[in-house]
Amino acid sequence: MTTTDLLSVFPLLILILWACLVLLLDVFLKRERLTTILTAIGLVVTLGFSISQNNLNLTGFNNMVVVDNFAVYLNIIFLGSGLLAISLAHDYLKRMGINRGEFYVLLMFSISGMMLMAIAADLIVFFLALELLSIPLYVLAAFARPRVESEEAGMKYFLLGAFSGGFVVYGIALVFGATATTNLSGIAARIAEHQADIPLLTIGAALILVGFSFKVAVVPFQMWTPDVYHGAPSAVTAFMAIGAKAAGFAALMRIFVAALPTLSEQITPIIWVLAALTMIVGNIVAVAQSNIKRMLAYSSIAHAGYILMALVSYGQSSVASVSVSAALFYLLSYAVTNFGAWAVVIAVEKAEGKGLALDDYAGIGRKYPALAAAMAIFMLSFTGVPPTLGFVGKFYLFRAVIDGGYIGLAVIGVLTSLISAFYYLRVVVIMYMRDGEPEVRSEPWLNLTTAFTAIATIVLSIFSAPILQWASQAILSTF
Amino acid sequence: MSDPINLIANWLQGLLLGLGLSVGLTKIILSFVGAVVVATIGMLTVIFLIWLERKIAGRIQDRLGPNRAGPYGLLQPFADVIKILTKEYTTPDGADVVVYNIAPIMAVASVLLIWAVIPFASTVVGTNLNVGVLYIMAVGAFGLLSILMAGLSSNNKFALLGAFRSVAQLISYEIPMVVSLLMPVIFARSMGLVDIVEAQMPWFIILSPLAALIFIIASMAEVNRAPFDLMEAESEIVAGFHIEYSGMKFGMFYVGEFLHVFTVGALVATLFLGGWRGPWAEQYPILGLIYFYIKTFVGYFIVAWVRLTVPRIRIDQMLDFNWKFLTPLSLVLLIITAVLDRVLVLVNSERWVYSLVMFLANILIIWATVEVLKKTTSKPKRKEFPMRPVAMAPETSTSTEPSS
Amino acid sequence: MTTELILFFSLALIAIITGLGLLISKNAIYAALYLVLNFFTIAIFYLLLGGAFIAMAQVSVYAGAIMVLFLFVIMILGAEKLGKSNTVAWQRPVAIILSIILLIEAGYVLFWRTAPVQAAQTLPDGFGGPASIGNVLLNNYLLPFEITSVLLLVAMIGAIVLTHKQKTDKEV
Repeated sequence: MTTTDLLSVFPLLILILWACLVLLLDVFLKRERLTTILTAIGLVVTLGFSISQNNLNLTGFNNMVVVDNFAVYLNIIFLGSGLLAISLAHDYLKRMGINRGEFYVLLMFSISGMMLMAIAADLIVFFLALELLSIPLYVLAAFARPRVESEEAGMKYFLLGAFSGGFVVYGIALVFGATATTNLSGIAARIAEHQADIPLLTIGAALILVGFSFKVAVVPFQMWTPDVYHGAPSAVTAFMAIGAKAAGFAALMRIFVAALPTLSEQITPIIWVLAALTMIVGNIVAVAQSNIKRMLAYSSIAHAGYILMALVSYGQSSVASVSVSAALFYLLSYAVTNFGAWAVVIAVEKAEGKGLALDDYAGIGRKYPALAAAMAIFMLSFTGVPPTLGFVGKFYLFRAVIDGGYIGLAVIGVLTSLISAFYYLRVVVIMYMRDGEPEVRSEPWLNLTTAFTAIATIVLSIFSAPILQWASQAILSTF
Repeated sequence: MSDPINLIANWLQGLLLGLGLSVGLTKIILSFVGAVVVATIGMLTVIFLIWLERKIAGRIQDRLGPNRAGPYGLLQPFADVIKILTKEYTTPDGADVVVYNIAPIMAVASVLLIWAVIPFASTVVGTNLNVGVLYIMAVGAFGLLSILMAGLSSNNKFALLGAFRSVAQLISYEIPMVVSLLMPVIFARSMGLVDIVEAQMPWFIILSPLAALIFIIASMAEVNRAPFDLMEAESEIVAGFHIEYSGMKFGMFYVGEFLHVFTVGALVATLFLGGWRGPWAEQYPILGLIYFYIKTFVGYFIVAWVRLTVPRIRIDQMLDFNWKFLTPLSLVLLIITAVLDRVLVLVNSERWVYSLVMFLANILIIWATVEVLKKTTSKPKRKEFPMRPVAMAPETSTSTEPSS
Repeated sequence: MTTELILFFSLALIAIITGLGLLISKNAIYAALYLVLNFFTIAIFYLLLGGAFIAMAQVSVYAGAIMVLFLFVIMILGAEKLGKSNTVAWQRPVAIILSIILLIEAGYVLFWRTAPVQAAQTLPDGFGGPASIGNVLLNNYLLPFEITSVLLLVAMIGAIVLTHKQKTDKEV
């Protein structure tokens, strides 16, 4: 192990060690608050180290990890969403009577898995990262046990997660069979030398695509999403919706854009169909939902479809980097908006799964105008209405897709966005137009999160240029 | 005549080749013959061991032990064998016949398999496997499996309970056992038993007495000997997993257990007591064989001694002892040994310095453990139970045993 | 060479039979025991390929630890006998189609592969031994190795979190 190796995984190392430390300290600390603070400190410190890796461009451990700006960008998203998840969870856990220190430890381990996913450049590391980020999430989904919905969520997520992990492993095995290496740079080199068995490689790549599609909830691999998002504690769901999705897309982008661009002829049609299906099914089924958590679950499926659009043109080297940065930007915009929306959901939610129906939002506009305004902003951002972050994200995304020459897909995207307007705006309508006696929990950290994300959604959309600049620098290092 | 075993093997090889057999076939036949010989010697040793153990038991418990059949009762085990052979085989109703019948065979086979890799003398070894230590663990798994199969197939609740206990015990104690096995591997820089024996200058029990101790304790649990014979605790579950077996089928389990204890002795001798090493053992391999057997009997005697002295422990104590004491201790020992080894090799220390440092480190760990135990273990509080009337209506009577 | 071929084919036959037995047998314990036998045969394949370490690890980990725990669970649940098979109507035809596709894929790999077949190489000294495996594991694959240890730790914490009864604020 050299210094470069150590440097390349340094933030990850800090986070894992910190998680172990918190796990140990949690036993002795009498006050739960301290665990929360310690976790936040750990995440902030790791965030600092992650940012310091910007423009470093390291490879380590025999090309098993690559730290490029792409990885740094994603790591910042992961750590940021971890911090937001803590601020959401802090009060929520107490309210739900599931305040245990392991929550934070598992959260940190899950984030470390995601960070590993972002820097991975070897299929073995991808698989390990997938498991490392998933296993804590399985447990976190079932964290509200013995509540039946939560246990069901954990069980379903675990079974389908294990199932999809099988796809990934089988795909990796076939790719290894075709190229005799698991290293992405090695795979790229073997393909370039015409040493690879292309049909076998295609099957393997398709299986890897399927495996990660489960993780990011792409139709037809989305069955678990509504139940898991609904059953898991809301703070976990918020984190899961961002973290797991971003990590899954990180892996897909890294594997396909960096190592398998030559396979685009075979893979692109598959991704095209998946993206189209995901957008259509996610948005149409979301219309029928009456539970806010399930609605957001279907919305997250739909958004996975939008992000997947960016991957369609991955084979065209001129467009690939633009679409990757568009996807990264979209991930950020989705993360900010999503956390805001979940913060509102948590504010309205009551114990034992009450306060989750859309009807429970009636009258919020009258009684809690600030909260309603924030929720309206998030819903508009989800829809993609200016001036919100969601609009900017969709704009760049559609532009990248059109640049790639997939106008049909872009049209589907726009049309499904119109459908999505129906159910997103319904929430706004219910909040403002209907009378009700809503009860909302007011808690400083929750309010802060809501306010922060709401302001960010507006402000960042106006000053999106520097972020986009940042995202466009976050290109993958190619092999 | 210094190496009669190889002499016979060479003669046999010459004979078979003279008959016109191919080299490969000769090799296979010789391996088979070797296996049969080792297995037979093992089985015969068991007959002797049964007598020996009963004699030792007699002495320790202030009795005479068997003394009627033959001189010093030497023929007693033969009488027992004949008796057991003539007994009727019973198969319980609803038993899973195939599994039920395979189990006792596997119990013996799993032990005999270990003998394949043990070097008996400098020139006599079944096969020099470079992962011998791992092999021992691997075939040990079949013993566990045989107990499980017996318990499952007997269609008997007590057998099932015994099998439950065995799984909990054997799986748990495998961990400190494996970890303690790593100490000889570190010292010898090889997993092969032949290399481990050859590297023993001085014996590894001097380099790491603690590892030897942990290995013996864990092995005692692995062979289900008192104080760890919970899975056949007579007062609790009658006879455990082999409750339904009779005749030679039971005999196989019995033989397997004795042979396993003897094998543990052989492993202790091989891994920690220098195996066949001794004065002139390299020039005269037959001497090595004798040394090896003497050391094996020392190991065997220790296990028998403990068995006859220490009472059976409870199941929760058994698990606590492993998970809260033996496993952490063995891990600490492993880490310290590995780090020390690295440091000592880096500074190119002499062999005697290396041995001394290792020995002192072990002593230090033992001392520290004892101190920690003294500090932390609270004296078991004598629980006061409320007085109860002697006679009590049956529906209100509860168990008087303290639940813990 | 011929002895090795005989050994290979007889073991292959055992492996296939035990694999089928695992699938077909109605008794969960038999299925588990078939699986043990299957693992054991595959371990011998590893031995034939010169991977003694992998073979032993396979036996002690799979046949030893995992299958024993498997049997343990079967015993505790009392799930020896499978109930009426509860299959979906279209499950069988789909399974047949999928297995045919898999067979075609395997056949393709065997017979029509495009990449050049590499000649068998003589194994380097100490190949597959503990020392070489340790070297590879702690040099080339250090990161996956360490991450695996973290993964196991996480799984352990997760199992404890999910099963351990702990007093929470609102426990009734």
